[in-house]
Amino acid sequence: MTAVPLQSSAAPAGLNVEALETARRVERNWMIAICSPSLILVGIIIFVPVGWLFWLSLFDAEGALTTANYMRLLQQPSYLKTLIMTFKVSFIVTIVCLLLGYPLAYLLSQLPRRAAGILMISVILPFWTSVLVRTYAWLVILQRRGLVNDWFMSLGIIDEPLQLAHNFTGVIVGMSHVMLPFLVLPLYASMKAIDRDYLRASLNLGANPVRTFWQVFFPLSLPGLSAGLVLTFVLCLGFFVTPALMGGGNVFMWSMRIEQTSRLYSNWGAASAMGVVLLALTLGILWAFYKLLGARNPLAKGLR
Amino acid sequence: MTAVDRSPPVTIRGIAKRYGNTTVLHGIDLDVKPGEFVTLLGPSGSGKTTILMILAGFVRPNAGSIKVGEEEIVAMPPHKRNVGMVFQNYALFPHMDVFQNVAFPLRQRGLGTAEIASRVREALDLVQLGEYAERRVDQLSGGQRQRVALARAIVFEPRILLMDEPLSALDKKLRERMQIEIRHLHERLGMTTIYVTHDQREAITMSDRVAVMNEGRIAQLDTPKGLYGRPKSRFVAEFIGESSFLPVERDGTAVKFGGRPLHMAGGVVPGAGKQWLVLRPEKLSILNSQTDAALNQFQGQVKEVVYQGESFVCYVTLLDGNEISVRNYSRGDALARLPEPGQPIRLGLSPEDVVLVPEEEAA
Repeated sequence: MTAVPLQSSAAPAGLNVEALETARRVERNWMIAICSPSLILVGIIIFVPVGWLFWLSLFDAEGALTTANYMRLLQQPSYLKTLIMTFKVSFIVTIVCLLLGYPLAYLLSQLPRRAAGILMISVILPFWTSVLVRTYAWLVILQRRGLVNDWFMSLGIIDEPLQLAHNFTGVIVGMSHVMLPFLVLPLYASMKAIDRDYLRASLNLGANPVRTFWQVFFPLSLPGLSAGLVLTFVLCLGFFVTPALMGGGNVFMWSMRIEQTSRLYSNWGAASAMGVVLLALTLGILWAFYKLLGARNPLAKGLR
Repeated sequence: MTAVDRSPPVTIRGIAKRYGNTTVLHGIDLDVKPGEFVTLLGPSGSGKTTILMILAGFVRPNAGSIKVGEEEIVAMPPHKRNVGMVFQNYALFPHMDVFQNVAFPLRQRGLGTAEIASRVREALDLVQLGEYAERRVDQLSGGQRQRVALARAIVFEPRILLMDEPLSALDKKLRERMQIEIRHLHERLGMTTIYVTHDQREAITMSDRVAVMNEGRIAQLDTPKGLYGRPKSRFVAEFIGESSFLPVERDGTAVKFGGRPLHMAGGVVPGAGKQWLVLRPEKLSILNSQTDAALNQFQGQVKEVVYQGESFVCYVTLLDGNEISVRNYSRGDALARLPEPGQPIRLGLSPEDVVLVPEEEAA
């Protein structure tokens, strides 16, 4: 019996390794090349100004390094009041949008395609109109001698005109109108994605329509609802045009304080500090929300 | 879970459904006996799924009656019908785990926690998923989801069970195993079951009886054997199994193909109108030199032979230009003895296997 030398009849293990590695690298470089213009743009228009804002907030009017801009926010109670008002307005507007938007999105998602399309346009159309135009339209409707007061007085429901604009009510009405699409659109998308078979299965298993809604439809719509709520709330926090006009100087929000500080008093350091605080709060809220939703949706779990 | 004492019969009368100008169901009549497994089989658009949706209460028919036992349910809302259903895509609630899915129908019925737990456990054991109660739905394979859906549909002991193509998303091997499993489960529970599929083999494998549907009508309702062996129309013969069709002429009481009378077993009576001879590939035999005068003979040329592993199919062009096929097991030298393409071949059909169908079923 003679020893048979081992024949390396199999192909060497590393066949074409280098060519494949090169192909992989070329593909990756292409991806980077395609993305880089937008990445650079985002870098320039977001990170540079924010960094600059942060930098500015550390200097006083004379250009000396200071923490006074932040200390003032803590020490003067009027800032805290404005902050509370900002959160209060944002919270109420978000709730109003939820109460109006959820049934609306539900209706849209259940209607036949064509009818839903027409109704959807009526939601989106205001979205395409300037916020300024819409806000002035609300002023026309709600002011002292506006449409609502005229009608109510001619119908004899009220004797004196109601104070509807230039106050808290006006701000809530105007902002809710502007914000509604931001809640409805993500909510509608997530409702539309709910397979009708889930609802059929629920009915088939003996849950009546009300229970089917609360036990199946509502939990499945939560991802879209939470996205819409966060979006609405965060946008409200920094909203300027509508609260400024509808509030008529009687409702003071954080964004108006910033505007006043920078334009009226030309105190860029103080205005920057306020901007940084708002940004930090907003990021904090977003972080807390996604932390809450990340752990396998406890919102949905709590409702079972 | 104990067998349902006596699952009620289902009596369907005159169910009609129109969408605008399109009539999808033309007055369906169907009697399902207690504990029977009946399959609605048909191509897409034949109305089989619509019937199931009407039975479950998701679609309201324009007319008709559905009785489960003695109770009329045609106008009853779906959540009061107490009818189990397995959906095509299973429709397991993604925000609940397996246990909660199966417990869902029991919760709606207000059962106590302990009873719910024991009945869910029992149902999951029945579908061999006892270990999976805590799993999320998206952690299950297709076959496991199918079983959970089945457990959820039977855990509340519904009066009847509906299944809408429940196996269509599974691969072939798993599908064939689940067919047998569902069949066993049905035998064990004795639940009146109405099953919808477009897969004729599945229908034949699983059912007590099959209703073949075509364009909103039941073309034929029969046992699997009856359907395959005695199709009543060309549509049914075409839909169930493979077949070729040869035109035949009637000559008094005799039936002729290519000028020669067919030998037929007693009892085959051709109807009025144009008739076709149904040739199933496996019923034909390849004749060698010997001739059996009792067989019907067909002469032609081998066109193509397709090898399929356990069997092979030989496509034959007859002298008159018609094409038929013959299937034989690849046993012994069967394949080797086959004439080459282009060579003449003779095929034989025994008189018992002569099946005649009309062009259209006589209404």
